[in-house]
Amino acid sequence: MTTPIVETKGIEVRFPLPTHFLSRDKPVLHALNTVDIAIQPGETFCVVGESGCGKTTLGRAIIGLQPPTAGEIYFNGQRIDQMDEATRKPIRRDMQMVFQNPYASLNPRRNVFETLAEPIRHLMPETPASEVRETVENVLAVTGCDPSWQRKLPHEFSGGQRQRIAIARALVTNPAFIVADEPISALDVSIQAQILNLMTDLQSKWGLTYLFITHDLSVVEHFGTRVAVMYLGRVMELAKTETLFDAPKHPYTQLLLDAIPKLEGGSFDTPREPGELPDPVNMPPGCPFAPRCAMAEARCRAERPELRPLSNGARVACHFAE
Amino acid sequence: MPLLEIRDLHVAFPKGKKTEVEALRGVNLTLEKGERLGVVGESGAGKSMLAFAILNLIADPGRVSQGSITFHGENLLDLSERDIRSIRGNRISMIFQDPMVTLNPVLSIGTQMIETLKAHRRISDKEARKLCIEKLREVAIPSAESRLEAYPHELSGGLRQRVVIAIALLTDPELIIADEPTTALDVTIQAEIMALILKLCREKDVALLLITHDLGVVAEVTQRLMIMYAGLCVETGQTRGIIDAPQHPYTYGLLKALPQKVGRGARLYQIPGSMPPITALPSGCAYHPRCDRATDVCRSQIPPLENGRACFHPLNVPEAT
Ligand SMILES: Nc1ncnc2c1ncn2[C@@H]1O[C@H](COP(=O)(O)OP(=O)(O)O)[C@@H](O)[C@H]1O
Ligand SMILES: Nc1ncnc2c1ncn2[C@@H]1O[C@H](COP(=O)(O)OP(=O)(O)O)[C@@H](O)[C@H]1O
Ligand SMILES: [Mg+2]
Ligand SMILES: [Mg+2]
Repeated sequence: MTTPIVETKGIEVRFPLPTHFLSRDKPVLHALNTVDIAIQPGETFCVVGESGCGKTTLGRAIIGLQPPTAGEIYFNGQRIDQMDEATRKPIRRDMQMVFQNPYASLNPRRNVFETLAEPIRHLMPETPASEVRETVENVLAVTGCDPSWQRKLPHEFSGGQRQRIAIARALVTNPAFIVADEPISALDVSIQAQILNLMTDLQSKWGLTYLFITHDLSVVEHFGTRVAVMYLGRVMELAKTETLFDAPKHPYTQLLLDAIPKLEGGSFDTPREPGELPDPVNMPPGCPFAPRCAMAEARCRAERPELRPLSNGARVACHFAE
Repeated sequence: MPLLEIRDLHVAFPKGKKTEVEALRGVNLTLEKGERLGVVGESGAGKSMLAFAILNLIADPGRVSQGSITFHGENLLDLSERDIRSIRGNRISMIFQDPMVTLNPVLSIGTQMIETLKAHRRISDKEARKLCIEKLREVAIPSAESRLEAYPHELSGGLRQRVVIAIALLTDPELIIADEPTTALDVTIQAEIMALILKLCREKDVALLLITHDLGVVAEVTQRLMIMYAGLCVETGQTRGIIDAPQHPYTYGLLKALPQKVGRGARLYQIPGSMPPITALPSGCAYHPRCDRATDVCRSQIPPLENGRACFHPLNVPEAT
């Protein structure tokens, strides 16, 4: 097997929460718990799960925006989570991020040219101005942005156009790896298809590797090479996309798939009990999904299942999956 | 007589001193008792304007500039604010995307429910309380009785939306208007809420006007469908029929752009461009600049809505008999 382009070993992110001055407890939110993933060069590794399960935190930890409280992160075999800023700088060029909200992620006072030139100037300060201009123009062209956009401000663009600009900004430093955090969730259906096609084209043209974060499994099925299903800061199932959709093994994966509204209809005909998430501050012992799981038994509430390989190649954190 | 009938509805906003732009440009719709209709379109199509117009909630400077909205044969546009209030939140209930539009953050769930009830019914506190608990149970809120004391912030997003549904049901409405009721929720919670709305509408024979951008959701829940684009209905008919054989190129494109429709890794069908703002509508059919079937007539004339589609070059047209 080749060296993964990105690998996390047992990473954990905890957020201390504000305490009441009279209280002696120090509540801590467990946003990520021992996450191990290895992303292979050229693949689209999808992370899927409901809001609050830690998808963004994982992306930010990998890219270096959120230092993990434990564990290790590697980029092309090199440990990066404890690097100082100066050593890390050349690696920042290679790893970029596209954010969910194209309205918040672009500086409203910066025109498109400045937005795209900024990462080059910051991360590759030796680049001559003429080359900066050339790079910006090239990247705008490949991302389907009109050259005339350069002097315009973000408010002059639609959501889909802004997301193109955000993708262009992520590409100017010629990265190998991109974390795309719900890049199409805020967009209309017809625009989603445009952005997904653009990302597919860029990947085949430049051999990019994606960590694609989404809550939408139908996008994963179309777009992903492999997928990790997360729940409350843990990976519950990790498999090749086809494997996961052919035979979802974790009860949570099955619940997610079952919840997707289908064009054929029929999925919402039976009532569903309200499912509540446990509190990520006071996590129960055992399987985090147990309170919502129809299959849960005493063992599930006492003993946390580890990710283990199944015969179909998937890895699943469930005592009963086989 | 249909339950709700909308004829040639126009909603206009002033643009500058003398001119106006239209967010709705002549929308027609009928809804029978107990029928579930989906209204689908991308953002800016005018879906919320349609809901607001029915409830007489179009805020200044917008206004209904033309048309009629009849509910049980009575034109809602002719009613006084007082009379409309006896219908809104009573015979017609609404559910919005954000439950906090309906819920007051500083009042307990019980207080708000009882207030809603008392605004429309002569009922004792004790009876009101009983009815509230019953409705909370109907929407499957766990430990309903103790939730009356809870404040909205103490509930998860999914439970809040269930409370909104319970409030919507309190007055036994004939019509529920739900504007993107699950757009802000996770998929599993969306499935719970939509299954609940579907069950309640069926059991109580309540009509539903369900606004969404999600074709999967309307396929699951509604019987009839209306596709909106730039302030007009471009296609309408049986939900199943439209999903299986869309006739308007926009509907066709929306369905075909869905990732579940193509094989893994294949390019998705893509509609070029985006919906025009109402301030810069193209001539003729507003969809023509994005349409691969457009011809000269599409650029000069607005296609009338005939046989369920507003298009000069429809697809999947059944052969004439
Ligand atoms: N800066 C922060 N401080 C405290 N809690 C946070 C912070 N960022 C995220 N969280 C919490 O961490 C958990 C995971 O969040 P996030 O990674 O944003 O989830 P997702 O992207 O899957 O919706 C959530 O419970 C969230 O509230
Ligand atoms: N106060 C307003 N002034 C001018 N235009 C408005 C106003 N409110 C809404 N609009 C326009 O009306 C159109 C329809 O809006 P809306 O019904 O909210 O769309 P949808 O719900 O389908 O996303 C949009 O183009 C929107 O920009
Ligand atoms: Mg997130
Ligand atoms: Mg709306």
